[in-house]
Amino acid sequence: MITIIDYGVGNIGSVANTLTRLGQTYQMSSDPTIIRSADILLLPGVGAAGVGMKNLRDRGLDTAIRIAIQNGKRFIGFCLGMQLLFEYSEEDDTVCLGILKGSVKKFRIVRKIPQIGWNQVVPVEKNRKAKSLFAGIPKDSAFYFVNSYYPIPTYTSVAVATTEYGERFASVVAIKNIIATQFHPEKSGEVGFRLLQNIMKEYI
Amino acid sequence: MTTKRIIPCLDMTQGKVVKGIQFVNFRDAGDPVVLAKKYSETGADELVFLDISATVENRPILLDVVERTAKNVTIPFSVGGGIRTMEDMRQILLAGADKVSVNTGAVNKPTLITECANAFGNQCVVLSLDAKQVSPGRWNAFINGGNKDSGLSAVEWAKKATRIGAGEILLTSIDQDGTKNGFNIELTKAVSRSVSVPVIASGGAGKKEDFLDIFTQGEADAALAASLFHFGELTIKELKEYLKQKNILIREVL
Repeated sequence: MITIIDYGVGNIGSVANTLTRLGQTYQMSSDPTIIRSADILLLPGVGAAGVGMKNLRDRGLDTAIRIAIQNGKRFIGFCLGMQLLFEYSEEDDTVCLGILKGSVKKFRIVRKIPQIGWNQVVPVEKNRKAKSLFAGIPKDSAFYFVNSYYPIPTYTSVAVATTEYGERFASVVAIKNIIATQFHPEKSGEVGFRLLQNIMKEYI
Repeated sequence: MTTKRIIPCLDMTQGKVVKGIQFVNFRDAGDPVVLAKKYSETGADELVFLDISATVENRPILLDVVERTAKNVTIPFSVGGGIRTMEDMRQILLAGADKVSVNTGAVNKPTLITECANAFGNQCVVLSLDAKQVSPGRWNAFINGGNKDSGLSAVEWAKKATRIGAGEILLTSIDQDGTKNGFNIELTKAVSRSVSVPVIASGGAGKKEDFLDIFTQGEADAALAASLFHFGELTIKELKEYLKQKNILIREVL
């Protein structure tokens, strides 16, 4: 069972629809006790970092997520749900969860911000996780992005795939019990569906 | 870089998809859920869902239709029509939409844009801008389903709305809407150059060449059409093959 973390922001409806299509059972919760004891946690995207972190803290979910991940619970993050894993975001000058080393910065090169649309996701060659996560997905397929900010992991080894929007950034990160994407796989049509199936295979 | 997006629009009233000419004379174009699913599976990059009579009839959007439609699509999906409060927006997002577009509600109360952007992120807030030419080189923003001139310059309103939190602009040319004479290149270029958020051009698509023109000359980031797709005059696959030949970056469909 997947527990979708309900923190008052995010496209929880469409994430839930996608899990149903994947044949997964889920619950939505904003209760720290339930989050700590969940099998698989999903932190969805869409929203601003400042409000997102504030909502997590107000509900005591920041600590609950940290403890759950420390205890080896499997974690999936999309979009903002990926960015909040890092130490700091330029968006609203926000201190984030600090589970992954690195920070989140605003796009600087391309004039049109947010990046909204389909962009190529290029798996990192020879990365073992990239092989399994992108199995059955045509090379350099486009996924759906909606973001003004992007993560810069301190350790590049966590980057499983990268994408270019003026600057090249980590669009998928994975390490131990964490898999997170900057794009929205739940909104990326058939390729997104296949990626999610691959994530489930890793986890279940 | 992101690809240019092709977006079918589902103009809806009383639970059915309709398409009018210059915002009047609607004819029935089918069930929204069936159409949404079809487009989602045949290469549309996104869907736009507009409850065009919601503001005029002063009633909330048909959330159940939004919910059913969202369950059947695997691509992004925006919903607009009759949004007046942050709570309206929250309801639509909970029903499964990814973005919400605001027009009349935002003109009447610009802080609605800021409130929603702060709560849900600016990428979630689409300014729906219905523009009509009032003098050469000047377009005004119209509200209430194209019935009322707000008095605001479309370009100035686009600048202001994006400054206070709108993350994207859905720009419809009332003059071109339903005419199939091509998108309004002059208007789209003027707005696209004035703002730093993506602009979706809408109104007037009649043939595949119109899409090439609006991407190259009009500087649009996405292009929207309704009747052209609904009545099967052009498939998204044909359109994308054509654009690819013309070196426009598009998303290939599996």
